[in-house]
Amino acid sequence: MGEAAELSVAVPRTRAVPRPTRRRTWPWYLGGILFVAVAVVCGLLVGPADIGYSPLASELASHVPFLGVHSRLSDTDSAILWQIRAPRVVMGLLVGALLSIAGASYQGTFRNPLADPYLLGVAAGAGLGATIALVYGSGSAWGNDLLPVASFIGGAAAVALAYVVGRAAGGTARTAALVLAGVTVASFLTAIQTFVQQQHADTLQSVYSWILGRLDTAGWHDVLLLLPYAAISVFVLLLHRRVLDVLALGDDEAAALGVNVGRVRLLLVAAATLGTAAAVAVSGLIGFLGIIVPHFVRLVAGGSYRIVLPLSLLVGGGFLVFADIVARTVLSPAELPIGVVTAFFGAPFFAIVLRTSRGVTG
Amino acid sequence: MLKRALIALAAAAAVALPSAAAAPQKAIPHRIISLSPTATESLFAIGAGKQVIAVDDQSDYPKQAPRTKLSGYTPNVEAIAKYRPDLVVISGDVKGLTSSLTKLHIQVLLQPAATTLAGTYGQIRELGARTSHQQQAKALVSRMQRRIKAAVTSAPHESLTVFHELTPDLYSAKSDTFIGRVYALFGLKNIADAAPGTDYPQLSSEYVVAANPDVIVLADSRCCGQSRATVSARPGWSGIAAVKTGTIVRVDDSIASRWGPRVVDYVRAVASALKSLKTK
Repeated sequence: MGEAAELSVAVPRTRAVPRPTRRRTWPWYLGGILFVAVAVVCGLLVGPADIGYSPLASELASHVPFLGVHSRLSDTDSAILWQIRAPRVVMGLLVGALLSIAGASYQGTFRNPLADPYLLGVAAGAGLGATIALVYGSGSAWGNDLLPVASFIGGAAAVALAYVVGRAAGGTARTAALVLAGVTVASFLTAIQTFVQQQHADTLQSVYSWILGRLDTAGWHDVLLLLPYAAISVFVLLLHRRVLDVLALGDDEAAALGVNVGRVRLLLVAAATLGTAAAVAVSGLIGFLGIIVPHFVRLVAGGSYRIVLPLSLLVGGGFLVFADIVARTVLSPAELPIGVVTAFFGAPFFAIVLRTSRGVTG
Repeated sequence: MLKRALIALAAAAAVALPSAAAAPQKAIPHRIISLSPTATESLFAIGAGKQVIAVDDQSDYPKQAPRTKLSGYTPNVEAIAKYRPDLVVISGDVKGLTSSLTKLHIQVLLQPAATTLAGTYGQIRELGARTSHQQQAKALVSRMQRRIKAAVTSAPHESLTVFHELTPDLYSAKSDTFIGRVYALFGLKNIADAAPGTDYPQLSSEYVVAANPDVIVLADSRCCGQSRATVSARPGWSGIAAVKTGTIVRVDDSIASRWGPRVVDYVRAVASALKSLKTK
C-alpha cells in the first residue's frame, strides 16, 4: 500500500506514461463484471447431468430473500449443483483470473509481449512435483492430497532457481538473463520429470491427464486451498498496476522516476509466481490463457496496466468458466481436457481480434 | 596374417552365432522372455514357467517369475538379446521390436490386449502350442470357463448399473472393452456407454452422480489408494446408490488391467458383490 502511494507522489503526471484511454474506464469494468456474471449463471445451468432449467431456476431463486420461492430440486440434483458444479465454476473463475493477471504482470515486468505465466519454469517445476507425488506418494490415500502441495513447491522452487541463476548475469541484460535462466531451468526439470516418468510407465496416464489441466477436482476443498494464495497474489499485483506502467518506460527511466526496479521486479515476479503455482497445483497446466487474455484486453481497452490488470482478472475468470462449459459438454458425459479447449477456441478468436483491431498493442 | 585371421574369426562368428540362436522352427523354446505381464501369468499357469528365463519389470505375478529391468513399454533390443532368448512374447510391437528381434533370428510372439474372453482363451492355447503345453493350456481354459460360468450363475441377475473406475480422475471403460464384457456377463448396464468416442472415456463427476450406479468397481485401489472411504468422501457422491449400500468392489489394479487367467478372480469379486447386494 505504502509503495503505491509513494509512487503516485513520485510520478504524478508524467506525460510519457501511457494513460488509460481518454474514455471513462467504468464501462469496461461494468462490461467485465457482466461477462463474469453471465459466465457464472451459464456455468451453473449447463452440465452433463440434465437437471432441467426450471427446477434449477427455482433452486437459485429460493436463495434470494423475500421471493418466497421453494426449491423443487431433488437431493441428488442439489448435491450435483452445490457440491460439484458450483465449486467447479468458482475454481474456473479463480484459476482463469490468476493465470490471466499473472500473464499480464509477467509481460509488464519483462516488457515482453510473449511472456506467459509459465515463463520462468513454473510449469516444469510443478510438473516434476506432480510426477513425483504421483509416482511415490500415490500408493496411499493421502497421495492425492500430496499432489497440489508437491506441484506448488516444485513450481515455486523452479522460479526461485531461475531467479538465482539469472541474477548472476546482472547489468542491463538482467531481464533477458532471467528469461534465459527460466528456459534453462525448465529444460533441466523437464528432463528429470521425463526420466522419473519413464521409470514408472504405469503413471504416464495420470501425469498426462494432470498436464492437460482439469477443473473437475475435489470441490470446495480445493477452492479453499487456492483462495488464500489467490488473494495475496491478486492484491499485490493490483497494488502495482501503476508501477508496471512506469516499468514500461525502461529500467533506467523507471529508476530515474524513483522506482527501485530490482525490488519491484522481485516482488511482482514473486506475486505472479505464487498465484500461478497455486492455480497449477489445483488444476494442472491450462495453457494460452495468460497470453491471450491480457492481449485481448490491451487491444480493446488500451495498454495501460491500470486497466489491463483488473480487466484481465475479470475477462480471464469468465473466459475459463466458458471454456470449462465446453470441456464438460462437448463430449458429454465424457470430459475434454480444458487445456485443449482454451487453445482450440482461444487461438482463432484471438487471431480474429488481432486482424480486425486497429487499437493499441501492448 | 593376424589381420586375415581376425577377419576369418569374425566371419566364423557371424555365421555361427545366428545359426546357434536360430533353432529349428518346430523346436520347443526353452529360453523365453515375456515382456507382457498377462503372458507371464499365462505361461506360469500352463506350467511353462521353467522355460521362462526373464520377464519385464511390470510382470509382478506370479511371485516366482524371474522379474528383470526389461521393459515392454520402452523395449531395448540389445538388453533383450543379451539373454539369448529363443522366443520373446510381447503385447505391443513398440518401435519395430518384432522386426529388430527377427533380424537377430529371435522368434517373436505378439499377443495384444484381448477384447473378449474368447481372445484370452485363444492366446492361452497359442502359448500352450508354442511351448508344448497343449494339454495344460486346454485344461486351464476349460477350468476358467467352468469357474466363470459358476460365478455368473451364482449371482442374481437384475437390471443394475455399474461404474468401472480406472483412475481417481474418473477414466472408465465401456462395454466393448475386455473389462466391460465381464459386466455384460452379469447383465449389468455400464454407465460409461453413454460417452461418445473412445472406449476409455473420462467421465464428469456430476454425470456419475446423476447416473447413480448400483455397483462401483475400483480398479485404482492399489495405484491410487482408492477405497470405500475415499469414494464416499468425494463431494456429492454420498447419495449414490452404490455408496449407500456399500456395493463398492476393490479389485487389484493388475487383475483389472490384464486379460489373463486371473480374470476368474475378477469375475468372482463382481459376483460376490452382487450377492451381498441381494442380501441387503
